[in-house]
Amino acid sequence: MTVAADLPIPPGAEPAKKSFLRAKTTFLSWALTTDHKRIGILFFFATTLMLALGGLFAMLIRIEHLTPGPTIMTAETYDRMFTLHGVIMVWLFMIPSIPTTFGNFILPLQIGATEVAFPKLNLASFYVYLLGASIVILSLFLGGIDTGWTFYVPYSAHTPARVLPTCLGIFIVGWSSIMTGVNFIATVHTMRVKGLRWMKIPLFTWAIYGTSIIQILATPVLAMVLIIVGIDHAFDWGMFDPARGGDPVLFQHLFWFYSHPAVYIMILPAMGVVSDVIPTFARKNPFSYRAIVYSTLGIAFVGFLAWGHHMFVAGISTFDAGAFGVLSMMVSIFSAIKVFTWVGTLKNGSISLKAPLLYVFSFFFLFTFGGMTGVALATMALDVHWTDTYFVVAHFHFIMVGGTFTGFLAALHYWLPKVTGRMYSERWALIAWALVTAGFAVTFTPQFFLGNGGMPRRYYDDPPQFQWLHVTSTVGSWALGAGMVMVLVYITYSFFRGAPAGPNPWGSRSFEWRTASPPPERNFQGPVDFAIDAYDYTTPQEPE
Amino acid sequence: MTFALPSWAIRALDLPPEAGPTARDMDALHATIITITFAGTAAVALMTLYYVIRYRRKREFEATPAVVASGKREWIQGALLLGMFLAFWVWGYAQYIHIETPPDHSMVVYVSAKQWMWKFSYDDGQTSNDVLYVPEHRKVRLVMTSRDVIHSFFAPSFRVKQDVIPGRWVNAWLDAAEPGVYPIYCAEFCGVGHSTMLGEIHVLTEAEWAKWRRGADPEEMIARGREAATKNGCFACHTLDGQRHIGPSWSRLYGSQVKLTDGTTVLADEAYLTQSMMDPLAQIVDGYQPVMPSYRGHLQPEDVGAIVELIRSLKDGGGKEPTIALPKLVVEKTGQTTEKQP
Repeated sequence: MTVAADLPIPPGAEPAKKSFLRAKTTFLSWALTTDHKRIGILFFFATTLMLALGGLFAMLIRIEHLTPGPTIMTAETYDRMFTLHGVIMVWLFMIPSIPTTFGNFILPLQIGATEVAFPKLNLASFYVYLLGASIVILSLFLGGIDTGWTFYVPYSAHTPARVLPTCLGIFIVGWSSIMTGVNFIATVHTMRVKGLRWMKIPLFTWAIYGTSIIQILATPVLAMVLIIVGIDHAFDWGMFDPARGGDPVLFQHLFWFYSHPAVYIMILPAMGVVSDVIPTFARKNPFSYRAIVYSTLGIAFVGFLAWGHHMFVAGISTFDAGAFGVLSMMVSIFSAIKVFTWVGTLKNGSISLKAPLLYVFSFFFLFTFGGMTGVALATMALDVHWTDTYFVVAHFHFIMVGGTFTGFLAALHYWLPKVTGRMYSERWALIAWALVTAGFAVTFTPQFFLGNGGMPRRYYDDPPQFQWLHVTSTVGSWALGAGMVMVLVYITYSFFRGAPAGPNPWGSRSFEWRTASPPPERNFQGPVDFAIDAYDYTTPQEPE
Repeated sequence: MTFALPSWAIRALDLPPEAGPTARDMDALHATIITITFAGTAAVALMTLYYVIRYRRKREFEATPAVVASGKREWIQGALLLGMFLAFWVWGYAQYIHIETPPDHSMVVYVSAKQWMWKFSYDDGQTSNDVLYVPEHRKVRLVMTSRDVIHSFFAPSFRVKQDVIPGRWVNAWLDAAEPGVYPIYCAEFCGVGHSTMLGEIHVLTEAEWAKWRRGADPEEMIARGREAATKNGCFACHTLDGQRHIGPSWSRLYGSQVKLTDGTTVLADEAYLTQSMMDPLAQIVDGYQPVMPSYRGHLQPEDVGAIVELIRSLKDGGGKEPTIALPKLVVEKTGQTTEKQP
């Protein structure tokens, strides 16, 4: 399938003789590359492997809930499974995935840069990530960890399982996160092509910029607290031990001070993908560019002040709780503004229903419902009933899987031709999208009802009245899993055998499409021409 | 501002039965907000669907008008939405303060949590394990602490949850209006037995409560324990009169220091006894074989409490009646003692 771009192809954008993929082909040219595009691809393979592992654990957890009592594993194994599922999905997939893969690949292209500000730091970030991830995986074989991804003390200080290796692994991955964040901020500030003003930058880059701010501000706090917990467990320091003057609730404050903003580290990049996919497939400028930029920055800053809503029943004062409740409402308003702006963008557009847009619509529906249940949870009294039940599990999976993961899939389909110069099969993509979306809904909707009924999280054994909801949820997870495997198969196939896509198969006017696909090694062959705005669809340019 | 939810709505939301007025008020808030959530999501979905059909692409490379949103309208929309969210918060915060503040003159019950059991101590000196007895139409304040890790006292029918934290005393309270039996769950992950840390709240009528307060209960509990132990075959291995058998005797067991196979000793308290029923292989008493099956899922919480009560009643020596046919002890030449069943 060859669709000509509707913009006049700039002089450098004819298919490059040597794209970045073909320029050098030795193993070392990949392993020691400082090309942000290649590093993005390396990160893609690493984080996708982690997604597969975390997903496998999730499937096993769901199978365990098929029958009451033991099904396929012991309680000890179950506790390790849900802990590793959370740790891997949060720190090794959700947090790094979109920024390090698509952020790395697309961000410099969107600002007309030939590379990132610190190319070697970028490569170092990848290896630091690999090291941290390997230690986390290795901890599986050192006895595993059973504290849940939240590591609450004093349990995590006394558990018979191993704590230190996992904490150390996450600590190291945190360095990678900070390195990437610093790099992106410096790149956006210093590497923009001459004449590209801040308020002309494409919205995906804005989202990655906002994410980077949170990453470098919040990660050190997590790093500190995890090292304390690890050492607490290994050497019995008793830092949070009440018998020695410590306070277990202090740990929760420190942990959530990072881990609540971390939710925005996970969702903001996906929001950036949505903000760019809609204008392309609706051929329409965003309903309000400013609203999206300001709400991104709003989330990045106000997101730091809402952590206490994880602790409404943890024995904090009613005054503190009330303050955190109001601040949580303030954060949610920014997400609501984004949703309105996205839907408004469709109006008067020219909408083409391709896979990336379908995933964006899944995002709309699932993220909106997930977000609204977040508002419901911030309605403090209801949180008392729902917290630590499956309601919360369903709520954050609607945001993390329904939001971040569908955003990731939208990005994958949207930018696949940019990265590889090849197209995926739209028919297979439609089937997989239907499976993923329906599978998701069947997996997680019953969990809202489980939570309403009072089913607590992290239960190995289910009280019998909840069984049929658990069975429904498990069956849904099979459809979700099948959809994901399908995506993996046809994306891999199209990587090697997909139809040539041409430089700009979507007719997008965003800046990253104003060069060849795949781009040449230095991104742009001729002078970079950003004269026409990234979202300007007012001038028709029929292809010759 | 509150109303009672009709019973079909409670069933539709899959909420547990309401045990009192607090639960009723919360369900009104719950139903209101979930309805708005559904309406909001449906509005977004329908709007999207409408635009997708109305503005579907009719030919390639169409030009579209550049729309510049009116800043004023955006601010008004944002403010209205924030107003709605803040209204939710005001309603929710008022209820939250109500839930978090035990009323004056409540009856006090002390709660001590431990891996993996609940212990309740009443103002007249009585105690109970895993079953909390409260009278109807009385406000009951729970003063709680944990002896090891963080647990969370969760009574879904009362819509009450409170983390129970070591080193601190925290409060929760119940307003029980409907007599009945309601579950207690531990809602904060506390280790391998987390999902077995179950209990029950028995809301008693005035008459039942008066009877329980008179102390008629311990004997009843012991009798119930004996019945449960018989039904579950405990006496096939454990004796009540101090006789050695396949498992340790229950006589003089409670409160003693028990030596384990790994050389350590533990205090045979409620927690130890409960764990021995749920996860018997975790701590094997020195000199015994690891042969006991787990009773996790087989014993009701109240039966567990009753069996513990039975064992506690034997702390100064067992009952007279032998519970098993006495085995014949044969001392062989090697000096080893073997048991032969008659």
